[in-house]
Amino acid sequence: MTIEPLFTVPGAPAGASVTIVFEGTPLRVPAGITVAAALLVGGVREFRSSVVGGVPRAPYCMMGVCFECLVEIDGVPARQSCLIPVHEGMVVARQLGAAHLDVFSPGEEP
Amino acid sequence: MSAAADLVVVGCGPAGMAAACEARALGLSVIVLDEQPALGGQIYRNIEAAPADRVAVLGKDYEAGRSLAAEFRNSGAGHLHGATVWNVAQNGAVDYVADGRSRQVVGKAVLLASGAMERPFPIRGWTLPGVLGAGAAQILLKGSGALPSGPVILAGCGPLLYLLAWQYLRAGVTIAAIVDTTAGSGYLGAIRHGVGAVRGWRDLAKGLKLIATLRRNGVRFYSAASDLVIQGERQAEGLSFLHRGRRVTLPASLVLLHQGVVPNTQLSWSTGAAHRWDGEQLCWLPETDRWGRLGETPLYVAGDSRAIVGAQASATQGRLSALAVAERTGRAVDSGRRTALLALFERQSHIRRFLNSLYRPADANRIPRDPAVIVCRCEEVTAGQIRGYVELGCRGPNQTKAFGRCGMGPCQGRLCGLTVTEIIAEVRGATPDDVGYYRIRAPIKPVMLGDFVD
Repeated sequence: MTIEPLFTVPGAPAGASVTIVFEGTPLRVPAGITVAAALLVGGVREFRSSVVGGVPRAPYCMMGVCFECLVEIDGVPARQSCLIPVHEGMVVARQLGAAHLDVFSPGEEP
Repeated sequence: MSAAADLVVVGCGPAGMAAACEARALGLSVIVLDEQPALGGQIYRNIEAAPADRVAVLGKDYEAGRSLAAEFRNSGAGHLHGATVWNVAQNGAVDYVADGRSRQVVGKAVLLASGAMERPFPIRGWTLPGVLGAGAAQILLKGSGALPSGPVILAGCGPLLYLLAWQYLRAGVTIAAIVDTTAGSGYLGAIRHGVGAVRGWRDLAKGLKLIATLRRNGVRFYSAASDLVIQGERQAEGLSFLHRGRRVTLPASLVLLHQGVVPNTQLSWSTGAAHRWDGEQLCWLPETDRWGRLGETPLYVAGDSRAIVGAQASATQGRLSALAVAERTGRAVDSGRRTALLALFERQSHIRRFLNSLYRPADANRIPRDPAVIVCRCEEVTAGQIRGYVELGCRGPNQTKAFGRCGMGPCQGRLCGLTVTEIIAEVRGATPDDVGYYRIRAPIKPVMLGDFVD
């Protein structure tokens, strides 16, 4: 699931931390950082798969312009993880291909 | 239901913050909308919360952001963070999404201060996990204190690349190599702007000192490198390049690319404003009057989203735009203040033409020769496909959409637009101005239908 992280936050964790869940695995990460930063220091290498070739992608710009860091956050697909701060209990999953719309019949529970 | 203000500012970096301060000092009501979680833009990202040891690693130019941030906090300007602007209308109405709801604020004037982004670096393998912009890695350092865990390669050119290397050295990071793509001819061309550079000698000396420090610390430095290729199948495994006629291949799981920054013009394009290609900065610039105004609209542009001028000059330019807005809304503006700011702007931007020339990114690193290089990262369209479209009669970027969805993914052309224009111009033997750019329309950021539901 996760491998040797590309980035680390050196030194003892000074401030508060929160636990997020990525693809079912809990990750303890510093509070106040973005989801993309948390996943990178948590050892996540592949954030999503591309919409045409289905190949792995990961953050490139970290400032909201490249859309390579798209993940599903708390059930909402295709969120820009570099713009959203982590919160306790956040559930994150890879964005596989394009986001799709689940279609429900009238009266059906989503 | 919409709110109103004398001035609505989009972006809370140096230009946006300084404009807000200046406008407030003249009695205007100001609201600043910013997409990021905290003020500062990218250059002063996390400036209010970064711990002292991190600020020490980042250096004095970063620390300088504290005084502007403090001035902004005390200015009385409204500040909405996490607010994604998706539409700016010609009448000054600005639509944004915050906390999952779309709202509108109407400004008597609107200042677009959306800053810069790193110039795309389209080479083979640049889409692999483990390849990021050097600016992206610096954002990780500013925002999270995150540093590369293993040896890292920095490749490309421009002040930010050397600055990041210097910051990494201070933080104890192992730099496997700096692969510098600055061409030898860049130094010759830059001499033409030597006078400007001498006036900006402090900046220049700072840059040379950085490079000298890197060499003294034993960082492997490959100069005038070309033909860069990222190696790896599912993630980056190394960088290969030509150096003095020989191919060098270095292993690394983290490669940071950089070849300067370009204005983030998405907002100004979306308003229908005219833009022109700048042959020195090799990017589009919105056409404005001296104070940043777009045509006859109440919309202004300041800072790096108007043309790359750097953080300090951006702040000064923001203040000058605020003076123009104040005057238009009937406030008396001290002409001495304006004169002083203009003189300051001159001093702060003298070195720019020299830097443009010295760190002009090589043609081959902007206009990929290798047909397999992915240009449109979202829809995975290659340089070879785009050249093929032109041979079939495609005249400009808008038509590449119809040919192969190029530029139609979520980034809306931000990461491919400049490359697409330059490839088409090259194949057609036309100028970028003849070829044009994508038609950028609102929403300029993806919004959800749920954002519009009460």
